[in-house]
Amino acid sequence: MIEVDSLTKHFGTKTAVDHLSFAVNKGEVLGFLGPNGAGKSTTMRMITGFFPPTSGDAKVCGISIVDRPAAAKAKIGYLPESAPLYRDMTVIGFLRFCAAIRGLSGNAKKDAVERAIDTCSLASVAAQSIDTLSKGYRHRTCLAQALLHDPEVLILDEPTDGLDPNQKHEVRQLIKRLGQTKAILFSTHILEEVEAACTRAVIVDRGRIVADGTPAQLVAQSGGGSLTDLFRTVTSRDTEAAH
Amino acid sequence: MSSLTIYKRELGSYFAQPTAYAIIVIFLLLSMGLAFSFGNFMRVGDSSLEWTFFFWHPWIFMLLAPAVGMRLWADEQRNGTIELLGTFPVSTSSAIIGKFVAAATVWLVALACTFPIVLTVNYLGNPDNGAILAGYIGSLLVCCTFLAITMLVSACTRDQVVCLIVSVLICVTMVLCGYDDFTRELGKAVSPSAIEAVVSFGVWNHFSSLNRGLFRLQDLVWFGSIILVSLLGTSAILSAKRS
Repeated sequence: MIEVDSLTKHFGTKTAVDHLSFAVNKGEVLGFLGPNGAGKSTTMRMITGFFPPTSGDAKVCGISIVDRPAAAKAKIGYLPESAPLYRDMTVIGFLRFCAAIRGLSGNAKKDAVERAIDTCSLASVAAQSIDTLSKGYRHRTCLAQALLHDPEVLILDEPTDGLDPNQKHEVRQLIKRLGQTKAILFSTHILEEVEAACTRAVIVDRGRIVADGTPAQLVAQSGGGSLTDLFRTVTSRDTEAAH
Repeated sequence: MSSLTIYKRELGSYFAQPTAYAIIVIFLLLSMGLAFSFGNFMRVGDSSLEWTFFFWHPWIFMLLAPAVGMRLWADEQRNGTIELLGTFPVSTSSAIIGKFVAAATVWLVALACTFPIVLTVNYLGNPDNGAILAGYIGSLLVCCTFLAITMLVSACTRDQVVCLIVSVLICVTMVLCGYDDFTRELGKAVSPSAIEAVVSFGVWNHFSSLNRGLFRLQDLVWFGSIILVSLLGTSAILSAKRS
């Protein structure tokens, strides 16, 4: 469902993503790991069509994001890293706007908004202004926006960042449940999350894939018996990267 | 279709916050205040509104139009919602058109609120209502030109204050260039051909003819091309920022 083929992004002289290739199939939840600045968000922004790649291509359900951006974008639900929202709107107003911009109207729009509110447990704050919401609710509102059009592909950039343990658990369960019928790519810093929710994980470092496998395979590969050990051996630290 | 959705959201956002109301009230106070004080509306006994009323509009717009347009892209970039907009299946151009028309609508409402002065001159005298309509069209075109320029500046920065200052500076220059007193002073220092170049950048040549009830193709082309170039520039800057 997601095919990333030799995707590369340069910012000036800096290479953020370096010939990255991987694929995510239907029913698969791929955990995208890596230190800060490894190129995770940049990769996601290229797959979702926000950044044009310097070279390479990403196909979503067989549609190239470079050649037919609008058609490919229609297949994707995306949660950006900081869960940005139009803060002057109410939750339901924002979701209605997102549904309309995705081409839904009438009853289809109404049903989609109701379903997203239900899935993300937003009923109690639906009429509230986004400005007044706590971080957890804001995050869930942005997640609801990604689910509105029932996309075949979900791309979630740090979906559990800044949530409390209960909310983290709920989001993981939601990802697991949705992963049965969709292709999901999500990035995280929390290594336990990979074991809890992913069917496969890749670790990227300085724009390249340095490890790829099921959580069990990665643990076995580590030698030391934990993902953290593997993560620390295969990725470079900030301080090293600076040299 | 997607332009319409974005238009509705932007317009809703203007009227959900105090922005639109504040701008409309300040515009009404200034336009009426200037008409009755410096415009000598009661004393000159001129029912055409050309000098008493419309003459002041560019002076008001050069300060107030950027206040309406400054948030259009600066806000999106600061809040990160540009990432949402950029990954929705809508083109940048339809987002630009939706936003621009929404801002222009706020000004259309503001101008429409000045209708009592039209009723007044019709009651007191026998004005040429066609010329008054042309005056309104001229006013709206000047305003749209300033809005388009503000939008271009707003695409360059995420800071609304910087956008406001820079756009006001450009608009003030456009009002001063071509204003008789200013060009007369300038004429003492520079050559006549330079003056001509400066005057062609100013709004007065084109605004004044419309204000007199004269529809000239060259004026419409002048306003239209500045607006079009600014909107295309906005699109180019937004795309360049991502690559």
